Amino acid sequence: MASEGEPRPTSRGEAVVRIASAADIVIARQRGRELAAGLGFSRSDQTVIATAISELARNILEYATVGDIVLAEAQRGARAGLVIVARDRGPGIADIGQALQDGYSTGRGLGIGLPGVRRLMDEFDIASEVGKGTRVTGRKWLP
Amino acid sequence: MRVPILKQRDYLIASIQSALSDEDLLQLRDDLAQQVGKFRSRAAIVDVTVLDVMDSFAVRTLRAISHMIRLRGAKTVIVGIQPEVAFAMVQLGLTLGDVATALDLEEGLAYLDKKTKAAAPHGK
Repeated sequence: MASEGEPRPTSRGEAVVRIASAADIVIARQRGRELAAGLGFSRSDQTVIATAISELARNILEYATVGDIVLAEAQRGARAGLVIVARDRGPGIADIGQALQDGYSTGRGLGIGLPGVRRLMDEFDIASEVGKGTRVTGRKWLP
Repeated sequence: MRVPILKQRDYLIASIQSALSDEDLLQLRDDLAQQVGKFRSRAAIVDVTVLDVMDSFAVRTLRAISHMIRLRGAKTVIVGIQPEVAFAMVQLGLTLGDVATALDLEEGLAYLDKKTKAAAPHGK
């Protein structure tokens, strides 16, 4: 009786949360908070991570209707952290530079989505192709 | 989950009990706007203490609640925003604008007592 939004563990220890309705946003951010807590992030960082996931999931719903939030442990050298990937096969972003400007939005949002999320994360990257989809990657490292 | 709204004196107190979906938040907005008239309330308190995330939608909806209640002739105060939530909101660039806030329910009640008394033409 697993619902669409339930996280599916994969072989690499990732959790994939399908985003197809507003209820899935809550599931994704709760899953992210649990993962962050398990990795040893502070309550403050857990909240930052959960908020970033919420905004990314919201972007998926608004622009692509459906997509995935992938949550996984991140490792680079001695650093450990959490990586969030928001991927969809939606319309894509024609001008990424513009999408990252505060106050810019083509949707019904307040235009705080992507630039806001970038401020919440330590690393942030967008790959997008018009007509193909968008992949946003954010990383937060443990201090 | 529908947010319970308690009536206490001239005030409505919406005490959020768990994480809310977008639909729950919109339902709260509609319930408060309606009940402020039904009970002729002078103010509403929205207690968000248990919310561990306030994203753009939540903030926008709280602003809408405050504006709608003001249009209905009453005041709103949001109480209980947690420090981590406040931090994430600032990072994200979310503001509550001119929406009144207070530390907790007690402070919210004190704020409203002062406000509604001052605003009453035949107060005291």
